[in-house]
Amino acid sequence: MNHFRKMAYPYVAWISVMVVAPMLLIVMYAFIQKSNDVTTFRFTLSNFIRFFSENVYTDVLKRSLYVAVLTTIICLLLGYPAAYIIAMAKPKRKGLMVLLITFPTWINMLVRTYAWLGILQDDGIINSLLTAIGIGPVKMIYTDFAVVLGMVYNFIPFMILQIYAALDKMDKSYIEAASDLGANKVQCFMKVTFPMSLPGVISGITLVFLPAVSSFFIPKLLGGGQYVLIGNVIETQFLTAGDWNFGSAISLIMAVIIMISLYITRKLDTDVTEAKGGRL
Amino acid sequence: MKEKKSIGSKIFMALLLIFFYAPIIYIIIFSFNGSRSLTHLDGFSLRWYEKMFNDRTMMESVVYTIVIALLSTVISTVVGTITSIGLSKSRPILKKTVEQINNFPIMNPEIVTAIGLLMFFSALGVKKGFATLLLAHIMFCIPYVMLSVTPKLRSLDPNLADAAMDLGATPAQALIKVIVPQIMPGIVSGALIAFTMSFDDFIISYFVTGNGVSNISILVYTMSKRVNPSINALSTLVIVIITFVLLIVNIIPIIREKKEKRTI
Repeated sequence: MNHFRKMAYPYVAWISVMVVAPMLLIVMYAFIQKSNDVTTFRFTLSNFIRFFSENVYTDVLKRSLYVAVLTTIICLLLGYPAAYIIAMAKPKRKGLMVLLITFPTWINMLVRTYAWLGILQDDGIINSLLTAIGIGPVKMIYTDFAVVLGMVYNFIPFMILQIYAALDKMDKSYIEAASDLGANKVQCFMKVTFPMSLPGVISGITLVFLPAVSSFFIPKLLGGGQYVLIGNVIETQFLTAGDWNFGSAISLIMAVIIMISLYITRKLDTDVTEAKGGRL
Repeated sequence: MKEKKSIGSKIFMALLLIFFYAPIIYIIIFSFNGSRSLTHLDGFSLRWYEKMFNDRTMMESVVYTIVIALLSTVISTVVGTITSIGLSKSRPILKKTVEQINNFPIMNPEIVTAIGLLMFFSALGVKKGFATLLLAHIMFCIPYVMLSVTPKLRSLDPNLADAAMDLGATPAQALIKVIVPQIMPGIVSGALIAFTMSFDDFIISYFVTGNGVSNISILVYTMSKRVNPSINALSTLVIVIITFVLLIVNIIPIIREKKEKRTI
């Protein structure tokens, strides 16, 4: 039995160095003052105070949350019906549709985002169509619309696949039982299908909100140089401004916000489930 | 369950798939464009491909991307598999701890992992470049390999290795001839995930590389600030490579199955 235990030891050493140490460095840098001398550690909260006291940064935070929440809601509203349609399709069709949804996610996100740059231009294909039917041209590139579109485009497959997995696992006889007992289609969905798909919805929300709130190349490519989200601030602090302490503090703030949002989402899930008398 | 075949749902799915594939097709079409424009087509030409193949930085980035992806796939698959097997025989505390720490790079926003590694490498005084890029890719690939291998190990009979050793196999033989073949599907899908994760990575690579070493994603990002239709050609190349890898991985098991049937 013990022959193979030792095989895990090298990796334990590896993650201590490559995963744990960098995380500790972020926390450490966030709480010390910026100085050229690395050996003096002076504990400070000034990096955090700076973030919350300057309007520039709180505005960026607000905009990041707004964009991420909007993206998540749109992904959910479009993704749920899609997942539902796939889950209820014939088995053969199902496999093909899952493949078609998954395939784009295997292709480089940057490449796919770059494509929208051409499509959304003022003289791009969409505006040509809009002009032809007399509505356009509409300013799309370098607006909120372009950024949210880019995020929905990149992240909606995660939402669809998570909800689909939950719906597909569900025992379909519950729905039959409900309708045999007199529930109509809407009641079936609201009281049986939707509550049972909630775990998928929750992990879908997680997988969309998390990259959306921290994204920095989508706002930069589709929002333009002036469009700044929290990810862009972190990028600037590390790669241009060189203030690692402030950058680390912002990353910590972002991580905490993400954890709180995920906690609230999970809590909502369990509350709903408990209110309904527990999951089947 | 009754089959639902409303026209509405068909139209909805069709629109969604157009939304998914239009940008990909757009890029491929415009890579053959005769002019610099990103919005108007002016005849067919291969000039952007010619330009791409003659551009040294572009070709270098393609080579770096493929070399890094292959190396980190091989290393993370081997290490991830060995570790998963080791952990399956270890005490639950160690197993839980490693699983928790593995979740960091998976659940953290990529940018957080990236800046952590950036500060870590510079604290050690390591020069940013090929080595840091490779180390970072191995680091974020291993957890995905383990996620794919561990469930296969869990469904394995825990006495299998012991049985093999009772019958005279050395621990190494028991491992290679008994355990590994049983968990092969998990290893293969882990390797596939590792390859595509590494091949497509942008955020972590962008922060930990330096000294002129860049992968395709970094190049697309830095070049997209100016209109450069060679990016379309490069993107098409990326799409072709990934499609090819996916096809191979999906076709090999089918061919093998057919061969086995024939021998029977």
